[in-house]
Amino acid sequence: MGYQASFRIWRGDKGDGSLKDYTVEVNDGEVILDVLHRIQAEQENDLAIRWNCKAGKCGSCSAEVNGKPRLMCLTRMNIFPEGEPITVTPLRTFPVIRDLVTDVHFNYDKAREVPAFQPPEGLKPGEYRMQQEDVARSQEFRKCIECFLCQNTCHAIRDHEDNMANFAGPRVLMRVAELDMHPLDTVDRRKQAQDVLGLSYCNITKCCTEVCPEHIKITDNALIPLKERVVDDKYDPVRWLGSKIRVRKGDE
Amino acid sequence: MSDIQRYKFDVVVIGAGGAGLRAAIAARESGMSTAVMSKSLFGKAHTVMAEGGIAASMANVNSNDNWKVHFCDTMRGGKFLNHYRMAELHAKEAPERVWELESWGALFDRTKDGRISQRNFGGHEYPRLAHVGDRTGLEMIRTLQQKIVALQQEDKRLSGDYESRIRVFAECTVTKIFMTGEGDDHRVCGVLAYWRPSGEFVLIETSAVIIASGGIGKSFKVTSNSWEYTGDGHALALECGGSLINMEFVQFHPTGMVWPPSVRGLLVTESVRGDGGVLTNSDGRRFMFDYIPDVFKDKYATTEEEADRWYTDPDNNRRPPELLPRDEVSRSINTEVKAGRGSPHGGVFLDVSKRLPADVIRAKLPSMWHQFTELADVDITEEPMEVGPTCHYVMGGIEVDQDTQAAVGVRGLFCAGEAAGGLHGSNRLGGNSLSDLLVFGRRAGLYAAEYADALNKTGWTSSVDQASVDAAMAWALAPFTAERGENPYAIQNELQDVMNDLVGIVRNADEMRLALKRIEELKERTRTMKTGGGRSYNPGWHLALDLPKQLLVSQCIAESALMREESRGGHTRDDFPQMDPEWRKVNLQCSLIDGSLSVQRKPLPELTAELAALFDAKELSKYMTQAEVDALSQRSA
Ligand SMILES: Cc1cc2nc3c(=O)[nH]c(=O)nc-3n(C[C@H](O)[C@H](O)[C@H](O)COP(=O)(O)OP(=O)(O)OC[C@H]3O[C@@H](n4cnc5c(N)ncnc54)[C@H](O)[C@@H]3O)c2cc1C
Ligand code: SF4
Ligand code: SF4
Ligand code: FES
Repeated sequence: MGYQASFRIWRGDKGDGSLKDYTVEVNDGEVILDVLHRIQAEQENDLAIRWNCKAGKCGSCSAEVNGKPRLMCLTRMNIFPEGEPITVTPLRTFPVIRDLVTDVHFNYDKAREVPAFQPPEGLKPGEYRMQQEDVARSQEFRKCIECFLCQNTCHAIRDHEDNMANFAGPRVLMRVAELDMHPLDTVDRRKQAQDVLGLSYCNITKCCTEVCPEHIKITDNALIPLKERVVDDKYDPVRWLGSKIRVRKGDE
Repeated sequence: MSDIQRYKFDVVVIGAGGAGLRAAIAARESGMSTAVMSKSLFGKAHTVMAEGGIAASMANVNSNDNWKVHFCDTMRGGKFLNHYRMAELHAKEAPERVWELESWGALFDRTKDGRISQRNFGGHEYPRLAHVGDRTGLEMIRTLQQKIVALQQEDKRLSGDYESRIRVFAECTVTKIFMTGEGDDHRVCGVLAYWRPSGEFVLIETSAVIIASGGIGKSFKVTSNSWEYTGDGHALALECGGSLINMEFVQFHPTGMVWPPSVRGLLVTESVRGDGGVLTNSDGRRFMFDYIPDVFKDKYATTEEEADRWYTDPDNNRRPPELLPRDEVSRSINTEVKAGRGSPHGGVFLDVSKRLPADVIRAKLPSMWHQFTELADVDITEEPMEVGPTCHYVMGGIEVDQDTQAAVGVRGLFCAGEAAGGLHGSNRLGGNSLSDLLVFGRRAGLYAAEYADALNKTGWTSSVDQASVDAAMAWALAPFTAERGENPYAIQNELQDVMNDLVGIVRNADEMRLALKRIEELKERTRTMKTGGGRSYNPGWHLALDLPKQLLVSQCIAESALMREESRGGHTRDDFPQMDPEWRKVNLQCSLIDGSLSVQRKPLPELTAELAALFDAKELSKYMTQAEVDALSQRSA
């Protein structure tokens, strides 16, 4: 059942690199990551790949396959026509470390700028009461496996490196939305989202949503509602408080 | 060698999974400066893969639950080989640890009255697993990751530096733990690691080290475990004078994917069965009814009708045998397949499609649905899955003090999580790992901090002798200088075949002797490994450094398995098929003496009369010798 496929893989480091050709066996049911592992085991031991779970759960194996940002462990070989070469390159938005591995510290640095969850004072562990329908919205965003494909794809940083200082990207802003919709979070996050994390750089093109392997509706469910909150309530703390109380309706 | 970075911390945690992060939080909150080391990126440790849930007797769904029931279930699951005091602490403290996660931002699925929902799982008497769909591990690791960020934000406010008191060294692999001093002053003083991205070395001098490095499953061909699971922590502990116990007990999860070959071993969560999925063979028979062992006869349904009633009326019916502990289910599947009643690709069928409506399946088991549609072209809402056993978890681990998690025999070393041994005895119940990570991660962090603080107050400062550092670096760089040599991937492949075929689910003496011989040969071959390329992000080199550890730990597994002449939990011998009460009193303890492996019998800590009284004497006598049962009943009288 196996066949020989040709692969073009970007090899190199910070300095420079180029596409290198490989011919490699492919078997029934395999994903891109299997094939790269075969090259690593049989042809070039030092081929740099980042991976962990091989099950789409850890978000380590992000790369670009024929130019499209994907998880290599969830990309089946049978979606590509046999015989046509497959090109694998590192995420374009982040600096390359080696081969297919990029330096993603930008995402961790930005995440550190989001103020932590702050429950109401005096509420003791074990006393939390929340309704399923009220946690469901934030739960959708907590499915995020931090693959950073959305961060890599968003044109606001992909095409404008200089925006990186002022724009935290969809993953990080979605985290803000998640906390904002958490029934028991007490922080007013709107000003910070706008002024520090650069929410206004997002012009809702939805490219981030399209590449999310967890199928999270990043733009529709997180970014747009967050923008609405920021605009509507920008200078009106009373309305903000009202909106939190609405969210907390199931709370005792 | 000039390219070495030097740091000093009070506590170094090896591992950024649930156990390591919880330990780091505890150490930092006790005022110690803390470093966290991880082979992978922050938030991607193995814990992220856990699916089903965290076991904790919060009694949110069935009010009959309490720590005592959880304790008894854990002991039964482990066939009474558990270190009872750990099982007791675990059952008592798990609920607080789960609630604490909620106060750090975790969002578990809810009950109707707004509490944390709990689901059924194998071996647990009541619905006990706090969960988020089937991605509980992700929720747990993200929450701990975000808690660490919260602590860093606090430190930034105070000192201007996020990393002044807690720093995560991501993609930085530890290769060595250093010791210093003689006699009573012989203790841990530092670790050597290398940055995977650059290949540069890092020396951290420290007062205490916590190993929370996870498991060993990558030594087996069919496994649910990732490349990280090479038993590093187990080997590091042995090498600095620690000991391992129970290494013969390896858990084969009954339900891994079997097809296509590229995903063979990938886990199918037990929640599929907890939520109603049934196992059938090629004759369409629910074969688990044929395999209920004597010790569990009173607790499991004997007819399909009763089993089905249990899902809606658990108080008046016994549970379905699909929910027997994992070792039982794995062995049964193995037997069915060997008897020729397997599925087309060598597994059995697991079906929820006929048991639950499609939308319920997608809501309760979203990542399973996703996994099967994307990777196997199977829609689990319409057709059965094919599943078979996969190497999943190691019950064995570093021998520790039951209260403090201090490693036996090494001052300044502490251990928690899958890397530590004792809690689970011969078989772990599902959900008991995530709770283990929290309960004992926290304890390891607290006691390591207490130790480091006391030591620092004596004026002791950590200092690693330069000659040892140079030797450790030279060892690590050897694969680059070899003129020619073996491909590390080829050796790892052979090891996986050896362990899978000869030290797998069902074992016998001849095969294990053969395995030991093969491991010895592979060890020899690792002496001349060669890696191409440079030091920057070079996986071939990384594997060359992991392999010796993997081989040492595999040897511990095979030696202990050869010595234990009985079948119990995650250790089945076809030449000794019975459970033997004499063996229940014994742990096998591995240590290195002058560089060679020694395996000793060591008496198991004795169950207290108070805890023994939670079981009736008839049940105890299924596991214990009559003399033991008599002694216990005298003491409690
Ligand atoms: C697919 C799957 C599903 C599971 N589902 C459940 C479940 O539902 N419920 C449950 O209770 N359990 C479950 N388990 C088991 C449970 O997830 C693991 O036992 C547990 O997460 C282990 O946690 P840990 O903190 O001990 O180690 P891990 O989370 O594995 O973390 C180990 C850490 O140590 C680091 N490390 C290792 N070696 C080194 C080194 N040399 N230098 C530096 N760092 C190192 C790694 O990089 C990693 O950060 C599941 C396991 C799997 C594989
Ligand atoms: S919707 Fe916003 S965040 Fe997403 S890709 Fe477009 S601009 Fe970027
Ligand atoms: S939101 Fe989706 S695409 Fe973005 S990091 Fe998370 S999982 Fe990846
Ligand atoms: S390896 Fe974990 S998501 Fe691909």
